[in-house]
Amino acid sequence: MNDTSKPIDAIRKMSMSAGNTAMIERYRNHFLKEVTDNVEEGEWVNMCMQCGVCAGSCPLGNAWAHPPQEIFMMIRAGKREEVLTSDSMWMCTSCYNCIVRCPRKLPITHIMHGLARYAERLGLAPKNQPTRKFAMMFWDNITKTGRANEVTLGIRLYFMHGFVNGIKTALKMLPVGLSMIKTKRMSPLGLVAHSGCKGKNDITKLLKKAREIEEARMKKY
Amino acid sequence: MADEKKIGAYLCKGCGLGDRLDISALKVVAEREGKAAIVREHDFLCDASGVAMIQADIDTQGVNRVAIAACSRRAKTEAFGFANVAVSRANLREGVIWVRPDTDENRETTQEMATDYVRMACVEAKFMNPPDANKAATYNRQLLVVGGGVSGLTSAIEAARAGYNVTIVEKGAELGGIAAQLYRQVPEHSPYSDPQDTGVAELINAVSNHKNITVHTRSSIAETDGAPGRFVVQIAAESGTSETKTFGAILQATGFTAHDISHLPVYGYKTSPDIITQFELEQLTKAAGGDIIKRPSDGKQVASVAFVQCAGQRSEQEGHLSYCSGHCCSTSIKQAMYFKNANPAIDTNIIYTDLRTPGAGGEDFYRSGQHKGVTFTKGQVTSVKAEGGGVSVKFKDLILNEDTEEKVDLVVLANGMVPNSGLNIDDPTSAEKPKSASILNLTYRQGRDLPQLKYGFNDSHFICFPYETRRTGIYAAGPVRRPMDIAQTKEDATGATLKAIQAIENAALGRAAHPRSGDLSFPSFKKEGCTQCKRCTVECPFGAIDEDAQRFPVFNESRCRRCGTCMGACPVRVISFENYSVDSVGQQIKNIDIPEEFDEKPRILMLACENDAYPALDMAAMNRQEYSAFVRVIPVRCLGSVNLIWITDALNSGFDGVMMMGCKKGDNYQCHFVKGSELAHMRMSKVDDTLKTLSLETERVVTHEIAITDIHRLPQLINEMASTILRIGMSPLKF
Ligand code: SF4
Ligand code: SF4
Ligand code: SF4
Repeated sequence: MNDTSKPIDAIRKMSMSAGNTAMIERYRNHFLKEVTDNVEEGEWVNMCMQCGVCAGSCPLGNAWAHPPQEIFMMIRAGKREEVLTSDSMWMCTSCYNCIVRCPRKLPITHIMHGLARYAERLGLAPKNQPTRKFAMMFWDNITKTGRANEVTLGIRLYFMHGFVNGIKTALKMLPVGLSMIKTKRMSPLGLVAHSGCKGKNDITKLLKKAREIEEARMKKY
Repeated sequence: MADEKKIGAYLCKGCGLGDRLDISALKVVAEREGKAAIVREHDFLCDASGVAMIQADIDTQGVNRVAIAACSRRAKTEAFGFANVAVSRANLREGVIWVRPDTDENRETTQEMATDYVRMACVEAKFMNPPDANKAATYNRQLLVVGGGVSGLTSAIEAARAGYNVTIVEKGAELGGIAAQLYRQVPEHSPYSDPQDTGVAELINAVSNHKNITVHTRSSIAETDGAPGRFVVQIAAESGTSETKTFGAILQATGFTAHDISHLPVYGYKTSPDIITQFELEQLTKAAGGDIIKRPSDGKQVASVAFVQCAGQRSEQEGHLSYCSGHCCSTSIKQAMYFKNANPAIDTNIIYTDLRTPGAGGEDFYRSGQHKGVTFTKGQVTSVKAEGGGVSVKFKDLILNEDTEEKVDLVVLANGMVPNSGLNIDDPTSAEKPKSASILNLTYRQGRDLPQLKYGFNDSHFICFPYETRRTGIYAAGPVRRPMDIAQTKEDATGATLKAIQAIENAALGRAAHPRSGDLSFPSFKKEGCTQCKRCTVECPFGAIDEDAQRFPVFNESRCRRCGTCMGACPVRVISFENYSVDSVGQQIKNIDIPEEFDEKPRILMLACENDAYPALDMAAMNRQEYSAFVRVIPVRCLGSVNLIWITDALNSGFDGVMMMGCKKGDNYQCHFVKGSELAHMRMSKVDDTLKTLSLETERVVTHEIAITDIHRLPQLINEMASTILRIGMSPLKF
């Protein structure tokens, strides 16, 4: 993910300068417009009618600082800093309960991920949020060869919280790992050699191009 | 028709009646006790041959009173609707066999019920006369429309197109009312996405060019006298001239006034030119030819607007309207679009506690506003103040649960509407108010304007009687009836106009309007006995009774709804209808057989309102709900028509209990005659004294409020009454 942030440095600087929304800018359209322009499915945010069904439907909602309904209101209220640095949207498990129930048909799950991704681009996402960390590991792992390497991914994940914890988790997961090997779902050789997919280079090119398109689309705020 | 009363009694054997009842025995009852000159039975009385049989007796045998012993009076009304004779019904099907078990041990009591009902039907027929239409009926195809706004204009054009002549009386100099000053209206048609033209100019044009519509501007009503079909109205012009015209019906479309909230400091109204009302924004936008308005204080381009919903509304606090004006949320969305459509960069924020967009397109319009980038904030505004070259709106964000503030260039307040309903006739001081304070200046004894239902609106019951007021032939339409927007107003005015046309036509035929529409009977009164107690003139729910110079009541038939409340009120019983009188019911009560005390067969009299309680009983019967065989039911037009003499007579003659079944009374009444049930309850509170003088237990007389849906509760109440009698014992007054 580090490389994605490079071209955005300039943007980030710009946006940071606008970071502290003064009281006077509250409930204006600035941040809403930024979300509309730059966040995946962000144009839906203003369609929320604040019924609270999503907040009540989210199985994890009460564990978050801000359930989706509140996030949407914060965006309208112009709370840029608070929204983008929040860990709430990182908590979404993509269960789709909210999408199914939202009377206004907002693609809430996708907006949550869109917001998380946008915060990450701007470097505002909370650094030690575990979901974020795992997402980054997974991305790094999969983009290298175009195919996930279960062994290295597993090891990085288990040892994320130190050596002792890593061993403990690895022992606990051992039977699963063995069955995976037995059913050819994982190769122990992954530790030394991971074949990846055909045309690894094409994958890299493809991702690069996608990134370029995305950059071009990003509006400056 | 011969003066001689000749009763024909007809007993039906269909629908199982022949199997369950001893019809031959009932024939003997009709003949000997009911004094019927002709008694016949038939296998299916309601079929063509049965009806023909009765008609033949009417035509060739001189039968002029028909007693039909078959099903409920609510069934087969067409088959048994014989012209020019009085018809009574003994309800042997729904009232007897369907509510009693078909077993040997019940046969005797079931037959006793039927015997009583046959006797009652014969005597009722004897005391009924076929009503003649009101001789004084007049046909007047002129409609008076008071108010020249959208409701009045719509009504006028609808009535004129239906072939009636219309006179519009408008207080102002121009037609069009408030709608004429709006820039655009909330859309009435799909896709409900943008404000639309109000169409008021076209409406004014159509009205001004219609040959059957006369317009009086700068005029008001100095006096309204008469009744439907013959209203005599003085139209007074500002210039001092006056004209008297007659009308068949009146439509009051006097609209509303914007709620003045300058006395509510929270909203800062009038403290700055940049804090305006919705209506002022319309006027400013219209004056600007639809361009975005400049800030009133300094002419600056407006870059941000906040709309404050429910400003001075939906609150019980002093100076606030306690109701919702219904249109304001959609109006604010429309106004925010004025800005957004011209320049999407202008920030518009609608601060609401509950957003309400009634009507078919309301939700679509809300969404359209969101699409256009209007921000909606759920918040409670705590202060609006001009500050530092702008306006600061402080509010509590109800979603984020925090106190916050927005600074804007302009604030628009949704201040709501107050009906122009004239005098509140329930206010004792209203009589002293000047003519100008009243809209209609009715000469009615009960007051000069239409009665108000709630919050000052001229309505009567919005579910049971849409468009009706409590003055027959006078209809209220538009925001004077309840808060509404332009689209609803047009619909409302059209409906009310149809009602007014019905009133004109009914008055011409001397028939009642809703809810006894088509009824030809009307109250007649014998001056000789009248003690001028004024109860009838005070209690008539429809203001139908005036007073003459000697203070005797004067009945205005075409204002009357035929509820019989006056008949129930009259202590000397001089008021009656041809087909419904103190005697027609009283004699039925007297003709119910009261078994000896030791027979242990109590008798309970039930007087049931024919609008809800009686149909509910019929439906209970259709569901084969069983109830006590000791009850005898007599339908009444309204509980208000129950004269106390019926109760005292019943108790004196040995009835063990009396049940009165009326509609819901009070603020959320369901009484079809508005006050009838309430008056009956009030009168019954005095029955206790009567009971005490007779040394009877107060439980013997009960009054219940019944809804038409109470089909399970009613039989229960009857059975409870039967067990109460069992508990307290039989009446000691049996002879
Ligand atoms: S369910 Fe949909 S409309 Fe309701 S609060 Fe959530 S996002 Fe908004
Ligand atoms: S998809 Fe995400 S935001 Fe929606 S209910 Fe599930 S966890 Fe909550
Ligand atoms: S009380 Fe009823 S029946 Fe009597 S005059 Fe009034 S409306 Fe007519």
